[in-house]
Amino acid sequence: MSDLGIDISLTVNGEQVSERVEPRQTLVDFLRDNLGLTGSHVGCEHGVCGACTVRVDGAIVRGCLMLAVQCAGSQVETIEGLSDSGEVADLQAAFEQRNALQCGFCTPGMIATAQDLLAGGGVPSRDEIREHISGNYCRCTGYHAIVDAVEAVALQRAGAAK
Amino acid sequence: MKITADSPPTLSALDRPNSYIGRSVPRPNLARLTQGRGQYVSDVTLPRMAHVAFVRSPHAHARIVSIATDAAKTSPGVIAVVTGAELAKVMTPWVGVLTHLKGLKSAPQSPIAVDVACWQGEAVCAVVARSRAEAEDACELVEVAYEDLPAVTDPETALDARTHVIHASLGDNLCFERKLEAGAVDKAFAESDAVVETTFVFGRHTGVTNEPRAIVADWNPGDQRLTVYQGTQAPHMMQDLFAKHLGLAADQVRVLTKDVGGSFGIKVHTYADEMATVALSKLLKRPVKFVADRIESFVTDIHARDQRVKGKIGVTKDGTITAFEIDVLTGIGPYSVYPRTSGIEANQVVNLTGGPYSCPNYRAQARVVFQNKNVMCQYRAVGHPIAVAVTEGLVELAAAKIGMDPLEIRRRNLIADDAYPCGSASGLKFEKLSHHEALAHLDTMMNYAGVRAEQSKLRKQGIYRGIGFASFIEVTNPSAAFYGVGGARITSQDGATVKLDAQGAIIIHSGVTEQGQGAEAVLAQCVASSFGVSLDKVRVVTGDTDNTPYGGGTWASRAAGIGGEAAWQAGKALRGNVLAVAGAMLQAKPEDLDIRNSVVVDKASGTERLTLAELARVAYFRPDTLPPGFQAELMATRHYVPRAWPFAFTNGIQASYLEIDTDTGFVKLIDHWCIEDCGTIINPQLVDEQIRGGVVQGIGAALFEQCLYDERGQMLNGNMADYLVPMAVEMPDIQCGHVVSPTADSELGAKGAGEAGTAGAPACIMNAINDALRPLGAKPLTDMPFTPGKILQALGKV
Repeated sequence: MSDLGIDISLTVNGEQVSERVEPRQTLVDFLRDNLGLTGSHVGCEHGVCGACTVRVDGAIVRGCLMLAVQCAGSQVETIEGLSDSGEVADLQAAFEQRNALQCGFCTPGMIATAQDLLAGGGVPSRDEIREHISGNYCRCTGYHAIVDAVEAVALQRAGAAK
Repeated sequence: MKITADSPPTLSALDRPNSYIGRSVPRPNLARLTQGRGQYVSDVTLPRMAHVAFVRSPHAHARIVSIATDAAKTSPGVIAVVTGAELAKVMTPWVGVLTHLKGLKSAPQSPIAVDVACWQGEAVCAVVARSRAEAEDACELVEVAYEDLPAVTDPETALDARTHVIHASLGDNLCFERKLEAGAVDKAFAESDAVVETTFVFGRHTGVTNEPRAIVADWNPGDQRLTVYQGTQAPHMMQDLFAKHLGLAADQVRVLTKDVGGSFGIKVHTYADEMATVALSKLLKRPVKFVADRIESFVTDIHARDQRVKGKIGVTKDGTITAFEIDVLTGIGPYSVYPRTSGIEANQVVNLTGGPYSCPNYRAQARVVFQNKNVMCQYRAVGHPIAVAVTEGLVELAAAKIGMDPLEIRRRNLIADDAYPCGSASGLKFEKLSHHEALAHLDTMMNYAGVRAEQSKLRKQGIYRGIGFASFIEVTNPSAAFYGVGGARITSQDGATVKLDAQGAIIIHSGVTEQGQGAEAVLAQCVASSFGVSLDKVRVVTGDTDNTPYGGGTWASRAAGIGGEAAWQAGKALRGNVLAVAGAMLQAKPEDLDIRNSVVVDKASGTERLTLAELARVAYFRPDTLPPGFQAELMATRHYVPRAWPFAFTNGIQASYLEIDTDTGFVKLIDHWCIEDCGTIINPQLVDEQIRGGVVQGIGAALFEQCLYDERGQMLNGNMADYLVPMAVEMPDIQCGHVVSPTADSELGAKGAGEAGTAGAPACIMNAINDALRPLGAKPLTDMPFTPGKILQALGKV
């Protein structure tokens, strides 16, 4: 494969990374296989389940629908980075308290998506929360607990902002 | 929504200081998962690990004429290309039969097809390479010549004389057949005022676990041991099977199960490609990893349901149900799945239909046939969604026919709450159920009268809403009656080992497993309570056949009721052992002492005498100071298996309130309620979340999910864009309520709760849809999933 390799440099969770990748390699495979960031999960590999959701240059994307080479020069943030920075600590605590995860496989993507919604500010309605996380498949919870947890954090952040 | 902090409930007989029984404490292992620091099998990498990809049959049924592997063998990164015939030298085939399902037959199945491929997706050749991508590249270079064989796809004609027999050695395409007759059925129908007959169809669907099946097998010739990292629900069962078919002793196999990305019954079976992965590791003497991709999941993860049930009910004018009759037909693919068999789901439908009602007259026939589609087997709530939909569908159609309210007909026929112990017409034994109390609770919780009034008011405005119900029973805490008596080496007992470490903390090893249900939390709650420490002093280890007591794992709602009881008893035993040490150290009688919050106290006064840390220090590092002849035993093991009842039946009732757009056929779910009785509730939040998740899985079956096949046996929608699953926006909030009827078979009294949601939801969605459409004169819908197209057809609009 090396003759097909392309050198890319990007920032992942604040760290500068330079790697040689195949053009066909997806972002999520790059994160998992090359960098050992296994918090981003591979569920469907065709953009439906959302388990591979990560943030690229501030926007949430499907790690399975973006190629690693497309991320050259970008800022990529995964659940590991969001956790270590403390940015989603309140969401994580609410998910844990409310049992808004069972197997946990969807959770990193779900938290990234919820954070994307809440970063817009305000307190979204339950319907708006459901709409926003509808690209993230959870087979375990039935979603009710996830909506509860996201709503609780939205209210908490709004209260803290007052 | 406000997340309320856990607080101790009213004290019960099980309560002691540090009681966590009945408390919604958070699970101990969640931060790992919210931070993306879990370890799923798909995350596991080992030194020298290779990856396998499979060449899979594109035909539903075909003879394998030849396999040309030369080009693949020289593809970059390829380590080995292995056919079924070559792998047969390493691993023996298996046959999925159980002796207590009398007459059930199946053919030998191999890890990779030899000579004949029997379904689209069956592996015919394995390619092992340095990376999955390289293995897939080389799969493209394997040339397989096939000779088409007739594909048997329609169960209705599978037994016809002119239909091709899939396995000639079996003589026909019949896997299993069961007939049951109780009471005087013909007489009861003849004496009925109304009889309703209809045919129910249940779409073939599958589990769609978010993490696909994954396995890493590592044969170490130096140790002569096989270590398998597997996302499985039953590590000891798999240890036994890997050993048996590789010709090893069980102690040469270690199965490790860490985090599992969803299971729901999908990950409790023997899969040919996983067996092949294990055999390849043995053959190649290095670790081999297989992770199913999503398309492989759709064509190889077990499918379920796919049944056609002709149902009939008789009633008298006063609403008394006189008889039930069902005729079940199901096609289960080309093999009965090993070792649990594919006869269980239809068998359960026969067992469970009519189960909540006191009607003694019941006739049932079930036929299970082979076909050339992917295999079917046990998936969450095995048989329940079918039996409940047939029963409850018939009950509501009968109620409509005689003009009786659907809750009223249930009040008149559900087994009385004071009738227990008793049995069902099909021979099930019930210790204690609470159908009427559950119904009354539901009536109040949903404000039934108010919802009916709203429905009626809206109908006048041309808005069509429906209310549907489903009473149900659920099989939990299975004893050896489920599999053991049929010869399967699947244990029904489970064990827990509890030890005090040198700083006074508690470590539990348990034979049940965790796939997200919260089993580890429940085990910790049981031991913390019965031993006497706070939860943060308890660590739980599961999923390691080298280190946990021999156990069955987690399936059929057994983890809390069976694993929890073993843990509870182990905690008590260790408390006795620790108090013996304390008695020796304090020169006190052990029976006058207790353990509270990690401190040994005087039982009567509560005066603190000795911390566990100090006790452990002395027992481990200064045992010389203990009385001569006294030996501290700071580890205790207890096992438990239900003995008094074959199963701990639970019961409940669900209701759905929904609205149908009569122009588009779309269904909007407005409300959903579930009252459930799982006996003693160890953790209310975890029980409610099992219910909610289960309900949504049932809603998926009712409205969206179906594995579509064409007449040639080709799956048409094997991807998540075309196979629809419930997403957040279509789902309602789900209100849960409880009745508590503990089982006397264990001290805890806990029954299972994992299947209840999935069992009842499809039936009450179906009944609500038909309730909504009834004033429009639509023919009742009984063919799941209820897609917008089917609803418009029923309305005569398309």
